[in-house]
Amino acid sequence: MKTTPFTQKHIALGAKMAEFAGYNMPISYSGINDEHAAVRSNAGVFDVSHMGEFILKGENALDLIQRVTSNDASKLTNGKAQYSTLPNNNGGLVDDLIVYCLEENKVYMLVVNASNIEKDWNWISSHNTGNAEMHNISDKTCLLAIQGPDACKILQPLTEVDILNLKYYTFAKGRFAGVDNVLISATGYTGSGGIEIYFEDKDDNATVIWDAIFEAGKASGIKPIGLGARDTLRLEMGYCLYGNDIDDSTSPLEAGLGWVTKLNKETAFSSKDIFAKQKAEGIKRKLVGFVMIDRGIPRHHYKIKDAAGNEIGYVTSGTQAPSLNKAIGLGYVTVENASIDSEIFIDIRNNPVKAKVVKFPFS
Amino acid sequence: MNFPAELKYTKDHEWIKIVDGNTALIGITDFAQRELGDIVYVDISTVGKALEAEAIFGTVEAVKTVSDLFLPVAGTVTEVNSALEKNPELVNNDPYGEGWMVKFELANTADLDGLLTAEAYAELVA
Repeated sequence: MKTTPFTQKHIALGAKMAEFAGYNMPISYSGINDEHAAVRSNAGVFDVSHMGEFILKGENALDLIQRVTSNDASKLTNGKAQYSTLPNNNGGLVDDLIVYCLEENKVYMLVVNASNIEKDWNWISSHNTGNAEMHNISDKTCLLAIQGPDACKILQPLTEVDILNLKYYTFAKGRFAGVDNVLISATGYTGSGGIEIYFEDKDDNATVIWDAIFEAGKASGIKPIGLGARDTLRLEMGYCLYGNDIDDSTSPLEAGLGWVTKLNKETAFSSKDIFAKQKAEGIKRKLVGFVMIDRGIPRHHYKIKDAAGNEIGYVTSGTQAPSLNKAIGLGYVTVENASIDSEIFIDIRNNPVKAKVVKFPFS
Repeated sequence: MNFPAELKYTKDHEWIKIVDGNTALIGITDFAQRELGDIVYVDISTVGKALEAEAIFGTVEAVKTVSDLFLPVAGTVTEVNSALEKNPELVNNDPYGEGWMVKFELANTADLDGLLTAEAYAELVA
């Protein structure tokens, strides 16, 4: 099993550890509900160094990105980032990702899911006909997400970068806790604000930064957060998780990711024609959020039925939502059943349990 | 982790404690509650049914996962711990005390001999 530069920290803190995407990762420390509440009300630190980072360089880098991703990376200027997807050729998704513009038209960083690093690398490489320079820097890159309403305030004393005024989906490079060349990005996967920081795993960078963050946040009670709460936090916001809500067989239009699928982009990208046809003809199923009306917790792969007992879809993610104190889920249903307030039934251990389609974010 | 010596245990992480004659309490172990994390509710719909050993007598839903509950020995569930309805976290906070799950009538107390001692169970989850 692979480790991150913070694995020993997690173990020393008494985290419950488990294998995730080949890495030994912290699932929880003080408990999912407690960690979830810390991020919603204060601040928490996630080690997400297992994520993958690719650098694409050279005069053909942008063209390569434009051909493999669904969003329009030509709109990016220095210091801007963009959420996007990596479609396959069959109208599904290889992955979802963030594209960072380090130097316009020249240098970009793609941040991909840990479980897809090799698949994405091979997919992008196979489209690299213009010989853009490609570097997989995943193994030497640390990534910490510091999220929550107080995160930026806590961290500001550690850097000269003006993180309190860093706009959503922009980033800056600077010195952080005495470490040079830290990429500080106003992004995250929690819906509670904060930043993500990328830096090289070199010398004792990882320890220095981790310790400085916890020292700075000591008085405010900053907490380490595991992957369990990361999932409940993103799910309350209705953010997609690759492997659950989106995968090789789901279209971004079905998944509600039409806003990052730019069909008017000049460059032809993978599956563009399939998506254009879907848009013209209308999709047949849609990813919706739902809350349980009757008692039960939806889980990945549970069937969704209508009142008459006909199968109309399946659950892709589900949990008891810690901030909302109700059970929520995401799932694909036929468009006829996808409108807000539609009554649907989740098949929980062969019992149909009533639920209702709702808007994102859950409330 | 805590495994009281007066209880008997199963490889499925349940404990059983005789309280009077053939009457026992059943719950899940400290190890099990830690593995499950924050428990949301306990669902038991087998009250009054005579069941075999290892039969599923309910399910426990935690925030991120769900797990079946297995009977340590044959017998009949006679009562569900109603305190768990409002305070399912009792299972996390006090798994061998207030977090008990069901009251149970054993078919045969001799069946307890086939279960794990605290020592053997501790070894299993070590």
